[in-house]
Amino acid sequence: MALDFSKEKTPIKEQEPKVRSKNFEEVCLGYTVEEGILEAGRCIDCKTKPCVAGCPVAIDIPGFIKCIKNNDMPGAAAILDEYTNLPAVCGRVCPQETQCEELCTVGKIKGFEPVAIGKLERLVADWKYANTKKEVAKKSKKSDVKMGKVAVIGSGPAGLTVAGDLAKLGYEVKIYEALHAAGGVLTYGIPEFRLPMKIVEMEIGAMKDLGIDIECNVVVGKTITMQEIMQEFDACFIAVGAGTPLFQGITGTNLNGVYSASEYLTRINLMHGYKFPEYDTPVIKSKNVVVIGGGNVAMDAARCAKRLGAKNVTIVYRRTLKELPARIEEYHHAVEEDINFNWLTNPIEYVNDGKGQLCAVKCIKMELGEPDDSGRRRPVPIEGSEFTFDADCAIEAIGQASNKILLDTFPELKLNKWGNIEADPETGETSVPGIFAGGDIVTGAATVILAMGAGKGAAVAIDSYIKNRYKPK
Amino acid sequence: MFTIVSKKNIAPQEFDIWVEAPRIAKHTKAGQFVVIRIDECGERIPLTIADNDEKKGLIRLIFQVIGNTTAKMSTLEVGDSILDISGPLGTPSEIKNYGTVLMVGGGVGIAALYPIIKALKLAGNKVITILGGRTSDLVIMKEDCAEYSDELIITTDDGSEGMKGVVTGAMEMVVEKGEEIDHCWCIGPSIMMKYGAITAKKLNLPIFVSLNSLMIDGTGMCGCCRVTVDNKIRFACVDGPEFDGLKVDWDEFMSRLTQYKKEEKASMKKYETEVGEQPWH
Ligand SMILES: Cc1cc2nc3c(=O)[nH]c(=O)nc-3n(C[C@H](O)[C@H](O)[C@H](O)COP(=O)(O)OP(=O)(O)OC[C@H]3O[C@@H](n4cnc5c(N)ncnc54)[C@H](O)[C@@H]3O)c2cc1C
Ligand SMILES: Cc1cc2nc3c(=O)[nH]c(=O)nc-3n(C[C@H](O)[C@H](O)[C@H](O)COP(=O)(O)OP(=O)(O)OC[C@H]3O[C@@H](n4cnc5c(N)ncnc54)[C@H](O)[C@@H]3O)c2cc1C
Ligand code: SF4
Ligand code: SF4
Ligand code: FES
Repeated sequence: MALDFSKEKTPIKEQEPKVRSKNFEEVCLGYTVEEGILEAGRCIDCKTKPCVAGCPVAIDIPGFIKCIKNNDMPGAAAILDEYTNLPAVCGRVCPQETQCEELCTVGKIKGFEPVAIGKLERLVADWKYANTKKEVAKKSKKSDVKMGKVAVIGSGPAGLTVAGDLAKLGYEVKIYEALHAAGGVLTYGIPEFRLPMKIVEMEIGAMKDLGIDIECNVVVGKTITMQEIMQEFDACFIAVGAGTPLFQGITGTNLNGVYSASEYLTRINLMHGYKFPEYDTPVIKSKNVVVIGGGNVAMDAARCAKRLGAKNVTIVYRRTLKELPARIEEYHHAVEEDINFNWLTNPIEYVNDGKGQLCAVKCIKMELGEPDDSGRRRPVPIEGSEFTFDADCAIEAIGQASNKILLDTFPELKLNKWGNIEADPETGETSVPGIFAGGDIVTGAATVILAMGAGKGAAVAIDSYIKNRYKPK
Repeated sequence: MFTIVSKKNIAPQEFDIWVEAPRIAKHTKAGQFVVIRIDECGERIPLTIADNDEKKGLIRLIFQVIGNTTAKMSTLEVGDSILDISGPLGTPSEIKNYGTVLMVGGGVGIAALYPIIKALKLAGNKVITILGGRTSDLVIMKEDCAEYSDELIITTDDGSEGMKGVVTGAMEMVVEKGEEIDHCWCIGPSIMMKYGAITAKKLNLPIFVSLNSLMIDGTGMCGCCRVTVDNKIRFACVDGPEFDGLKVDWDEFMSRLTQYKKEEKASMKKYETEVGEQPWH
């Protein structure tokens, strides 16, 4: 087979590491349309299109790529619109390398990289917002006759997706959000340099154009009760995320200078703390920062610390690079930005400077033992290998558990053994009729696109639930 | 929009406002708070719901000008509105008929104590209230508290009103007089709560305190408000703000309150340069 295209993905422009590690602007600058057409030319439009099966929302990938190839950007945008309400977000933060792109036929050819599907998706979405916003908005406005009323609790990717799909089907949808801004983790967690706020705002704006009403500052369970929601709405989708930070609970956890990544990132993203004092919420600027964990959250926290001016930022992870759960792209970005990695290391104590402030993190070396439940080899401490880092800031990014603020007020809802809502993975049905759930609150902390997939499935199920309910007997 | 419908200056640098927030007014229970944000650049700060009027859809907030946000807030007038208010947050106080309760409040903490006094009185308790402050002017809400108290004792550091001294002295006096106390609450500056708890321990009384930790979301999402109670990490915004005062790690709690001293000062300074001389000086 003669392949007349580049083995590598079309290179994409990024801010230089030295420059970007001092600002919060987006690292990746995206393709131009010309570069996009070039990259689209690498898709061989293979018969089996395995990429589609790798995408949790089954986007017609060859379809939209073919449009790009033909320089038909509106066509590409229209195809994406059928499958996803958040293309600009997914194109940026989806773990493409383990989903659509992992299965790409081109990537299976020896020496070839897969088609840059995610980056192409991003290009189309960005092009759409830059060029056709108004028109798209007008076209999608629905008539005033509504098929029923659905409440959505939480405005993260799961909630936004269900809302978008139901609005397109003609339902009146109301999203209740506890915080003062919509978007869930997209707004309070993922930093601007990976996902600019204006992108999230644009995608949410497009959803509002569909007629979705988003009301912030409503903590369901507190501001209004589930009983009130069940009375007012025909169905309800719970998408409250896995929003409670876990702490290892080692000595010194409550010292000043020790944070959960959730707090650190919330101060920076939701509250714009990196622009203090223009914005009122401060975030501590530290010299020596230790970040504990190996996921996207840990990478984000470490890279934020660097941008706030830290001299040394070290990520401490108890396993090795091979097991690192973070996206590989983000790991590379972190390395380029001078973040240190300490593999097979675990903190055992935060050291008090005598005045309640952290001054060092005491760690222990680990080795990998027998595989655990997840199949990964379990790290075990090596006796006598303790050592200490100087640190005026430590950030724990070891995971989140389900937030109980709603669940505690709604005991009727069945939970699983991890404290998440028990829901059908396809439809989101829960133990309470008319109440559906999806996203991190069902799966535990996962990904944007999985949360969206759950939203899509639930939208179909909610539609048929409401139709059945009102079917004339 | 959360519009301010009334505003009173009840003490030097302390304000009493009623704000439209119908859904919060409907669901509020004693011991709960809201998180507010004044404007787009604003910080989220927690304030106790000092009272609520379900019929009119209003909540009452009483605040002391202490830094940037509360200073800005004090410049809002009737008809202005607060950008964001979320609540009612926190676990409500455990209201029931204990018998006789001793309610100790100081400073702006009296605003947080008052709704609990009211609820306990309505639940049938005999309520003995001690309110303290540096000087007479700073002891707020005397009439409000008196309405729901069987006995009201005032203490001032300078003796300008009531007993000269601090609230802990009055706590001991009440017990010495022979009152059988079934439960206490103590809400005020952290140092007062710490000594209130020490005194309660000495007098062998169970005591609740309300921990005013630094907070951001107030929904259990960030962990900023964490405190150590009974050797466990608890989140003041969802597990509290009320906790068993005998089990709180006070030194840690007070140290955590100072985390952003430097930044708070900078923030206030910036604001003052922008607006010039203001009434709180
Ligand atoms: C720092 C960070 C980086 C990440 N990076 C990536 C990445 O690169 N790629 C990726 O795919 N995934 C990433 N993730 C994971 C991804 O963001 C989540 O899996 C996804 O956001 C889950 O979506 P969700 O809709 O279930 O919940 P969330 O996004 O958590 O949204 C839930 C929303 O519900 C609101 N809520 C909670 N309780 C209530 C209530 N009682 N009433 C009203 N509203 C309520 C919350 O305030 C929140 O806004 C990251 C996560 C974090 C924290
Ligand atoms: C559950 C709860 C209920 C509260 N209720 C009330 C109330 O009804 N009325 C009232 O006036 N205040 C109340 N507070 C305290 C109030 O939140 C702070 O005074 C406010 O955040 C100060 O903001 P600022 O920007 O004006 O001052 P900042 O500049 O942020 O702080 C100035 C000083 O106040 C202290 N401080 C900051 N935040 C807090 C805090 N959360 N608690 C205590 N001290 C703090 C700091 O140590 C600092 O030195 C409550 C706090 C909590 C947690
Ligand atoms: S949504 Fe994610 S998995 Fe699907 S095509 Fe886009 S980048 Fe790939
Ligand atoms: S698998 Fe790769 S080559 Fe095949 S259709 Fe998908 S993107 Fe194109
Ligand atoms: S304020 Fe964020 S968890 Fe309590």
